[in-house]
Amino acid sequence: MKQREVVIIGAGPGGLCAAQKLLEGGAKVCLIDRNASLGGQLIKQTHKFFGSEKQYASKRGIDIMEILISSLTQYGDQLEIMTETSVVGMYSDKVIACVKKDKFFKIQAQSIILATGASEKSIPFENNDLPGVYAAGAVQTLMNEYGVKPGDNVLMVGSGNIGLIVSYQLMQAGINVKALVEAAPSISGYLVHASKIRRLGVDILTNTSVKRAIGSEQVKQVEIWDLDPTWQGIEGSERILDVDTICISVGLAPLTELLQQLGAEVRYIKELGGNVPVIDKRYETTVKGVYACGDVVGIEEASSAMVEGKITGLNALEDLGYDIRASRLEMKALHEELKFLRDGPHAAKVRAGYLKRGMLT
Amino acid sequence: MIDKTGIAIKALFEKEFPENEETLNRPKAIIECYKEIPCNPCETSCPFDAITIGEDINKRPDIDFDKCTGCGICAYSCPGLAISIRQFKEDNAELKFPYEFSPRPRTGQTVNVVDRSGEVITTGEVINVIDKSKQNKTALVHITVDKAYMYDAAAIEVVKNES
Ligand SMILES: Cc1cc2nc3c(=O)[nH]c(=O)nc-3n(C[C@H](O)[C@H](O)[C@H](O)COP(=O)(O)OP(=O)(O)OC[C@H]3O[C@@H](n4cnc5c(N)ncnc54)[C@H](O)[C@@H]3O)c2cc1C
Ligand code: SF4
Ligand code: SF4
Repeated sequence: MKQREVVIIGAGPGGLCAAQKLLEGGAKVCLIDRNASLGGQLIKQTHKFFGSEKQYASKRGIDIMEILISSLTQYGDQLEIMTETSVVGMYSDKVIACVKKDKFFKIQAQSIILATGASEKSIPFENNDLPGVYAAGAVQTLMNEYGVKPGDNVLMVGSGNIGLIVSYQLMQAGINVKALVEAAPSISGYLVHASKIRRLGVDILTNTSVKRAIGSEQVKQVEIWDLDPTWQGIEGSERILDVDTICISVGLAPLTELLQQLGAEVRYIKELGGNVPVIDKRYETTVKGVYACGDVVGIEEASSAMVEGKITGLNALEDLGYDIRASRLEMKALHEELKFLRDGPHAAKVRAGYLKRGMLT
Repeated sequence: MIDKTGIAIKALFEKEFPENEETLNRPKAIIECYKEIPCNPCETSCPFDAITIGEDINKRPDIDFDKCTGCGICAYSCPGLAISIRQFKEDNAELKFPYEFSPRPRTGQTVNVVDRSGEVITTGEVINVIDKSKQNKTALVHITVDKAYMYDAAAIEVVKNES
């Protein structure tokens, strides 16, 4: 069995920033991702990011990814990268089971950092398994990674930032976004994103949802309807839109299964996206030497994932016996940064989640 | 309302313009960022310190029109495309809108101008398209319209030129 000092699972902004700190401190890092390239969600983000300069605001997600990846190249043999490698199992003695192109192998790690991100949620409606019904992330992958148009006329479901941004990206690709429906009474993402697509002609319909998709082999139309205050569809309010694509963006759920296999405790915290690992302020799970950061500990942003990644990397470094005294100030500043990121009205949910976690400082 | 539709009504957006109309005889940045979000590139990009958000980046931007030169840097740095540059010029309003579609409009081209709900309200003529590499693919389209549309114009409709 391969022996490794630190294994990081997931090479999105969280995993990449954790790697950076560990490498800086002198640890040997093995970075695993099931995708062919590093970057996680960032590879699909062609828009300019929010946040402050420290988190590369106003740069495009894909450019931030390049910055993060290039900061790792100087480390040579200290860093081992395994792409197209899926972690399929984890055991309590920190053994990690991997599959790469049908080849199965195991790694014994001294420390593990889980930065696996999240998977997209779906919603039930008649015919939601018809070809033409996509998750927003899949649509982004098709368009921005493979340059393939998912369809010509789209209904977007969900008004979070992802739904709003993907709508805009669809329009940039020359695709018609017929409307955006949102079950809640108000838009949940940033208003600047909503206004941006609204003034380009996209109807944003709140208190509205999908009743059914229509078509036999492929989506041909969609029936939408108004919702009453108890989120029940109102009979008689149905109308039909001609679309060939329904894009679902109704939220993300942290990918915690691996942690559960390992015996780490998880807990249901709705505000953070569902089942999330129990962690302490150092981002260590209930299993010693196993840490988690980024969307997998709670659905937030790339900006917070990067800061958490750095905090986690430094703590893992310390637990491995490296001297991190020189990084005390940096650690303090990172916690401050997180606090600011979670400060505004838009982070109310995240704050409520962290309050439940007892980690609000 | 804006929470439900994404459309700012007049009472809301008028407050973002200078109180004294004459201020707009020189180009000024009009910021339409109505909700507190964790974001501050407008502040950090402005070379004249005209925009203030402060240490808590969740606060809304506040602009000092006396300091603003209308240079346009904030308009292409804002990830929300929430900033336009506006100025009266004789009987016209000259407007610069951020634009992220390709192909770009051409100088001299007549384009449709939309309001905040996406309705076409008038046409405008493209004076030029500012699209330097440091803008990182967010162009500023400089147009001229009848001055009656100074307040209601919100963007140009996406153009479908053969590239
Ligand atoms: C449309 C959209 C717009 C966004 N806009 C912004 C924005 O403007 N600003 C902002 O700050 N954030 C934004 N975000 C959010 C941001 O992208 C995420 O919060 C961030 O990527 C989370 O980082 P992460 O490292 O936790 O996970 P991810 O980026 O999701 O990376 C997780 C990685 O783990 C890998 N992985 C998972 N499971 C396994 C396994 N079993 N084996 C091997 N590898 C595995 C995945 O392949 C992936 O590469 C946006 C997201 C989307 C979808
Ligand atoms: S237009 Fe120029 S001077 Fe005015 S606020 Fe924007 S960046 Fe500052
Ligand atoms: S950069 Fe744009 S979106 Fe961000 S705070 Fe400033 S005006 Fe608002």
